[in-house]
Amino acid sequence: MVYLTRKAEFSAAHYYHNPEFTPEENARTFGKCNNPNGHGHNYTLEVTVKGAVDPKSGFVVDLKQLKETMNREVLDALDHRFLNKEVPEFFTLIPTTENIAIAIWQRLAPKLNSAQLHRVRVYETPDLFVDFYGEA
Amino acid sequence: MKAHLTRRYMFSASHRLHSEQMSEEQNREVYGKCNNPYGHGHNYTVEITVSGQVDAQTGMVCNLVDLDGFVHQHVIQRYDHRNLNLMQEFTENVPTTENLCIAIYEILERGFRKAHLEKVRIEETMMNSFEYAGEGR
Repeated sequence: MVYLTRKAEFSAAHYYHNPEFTPEENARTFGKCNNPNGHGHNYTLEVTVKGAVDPKSGFVVDLKQLKETMNREVLDALDHRFLNKEVPEFFTLIPTTENIAIAIWQRLAPKLNSAQLHRVRVYETPDLFVDFYGEA
Repeated sequence: MKAHLTRRYMFSASHRLHSEQMSEEQNREVYGKCNNPYGHGHNYTVEITVSGQVDAQTGMVCNLVDLDGFVHQHVIQRYDHRNLNLMQEFTENVPTTENLCIAIYEILERGFRKAHLEKVRIEETMMNSFEYAGEGR
């Protein structure tokens, strides 16, 4: 089993708000992330796939295909978007880094045909990242 | 859904690697320039990984304000700009970064209740790092 990781970057705006909370609860729970006008980050995405090395190609996965899938399923949808307003998952889910990692996993997992998705890592800043391994 | 969240923190401290269980010569041999009796220092980067179910109401594994607050109060304030050799946890243990990982892991394991502690990883320099995930891991 060999693991391969591909990195990508995207920039997006978001804010944290739960309509079930009172304004005070939202402010207390989410702090400055609750500003309804949004704020943004340069996110770094790391997608790790695993599989056996194909004896004919020497590849775990066709990198071109992986890159195209990441571009089509993730970056085209998230890059330079306001996540709460433009990305369907976040019409209802709060676009925390946790939920972004889960959403990216759910977008990619059914579309990767040759290799198996192992981990989605999303850096919100260099000092904060979330890993999702597809665990329930 | 279970996710892992990692946060990085920094502090600066001095230490000297020297074991009372070895002779002066053995200490010099084992620890090399880290055995310099005057000590030396590092800018340590600490990565703390916690895990848990993503809360349906907040979208979070744990509120970063809680994690940051705990780590600043119990880890950063404890170690930043200190001489590690003079601290109680290093009176018998040599303040290697291995032992520092274990000490910080134990502080979090004892006191942090907002998420499950997975791992403590420390970069002593850009070129070396150590991690501890508890016994049996």
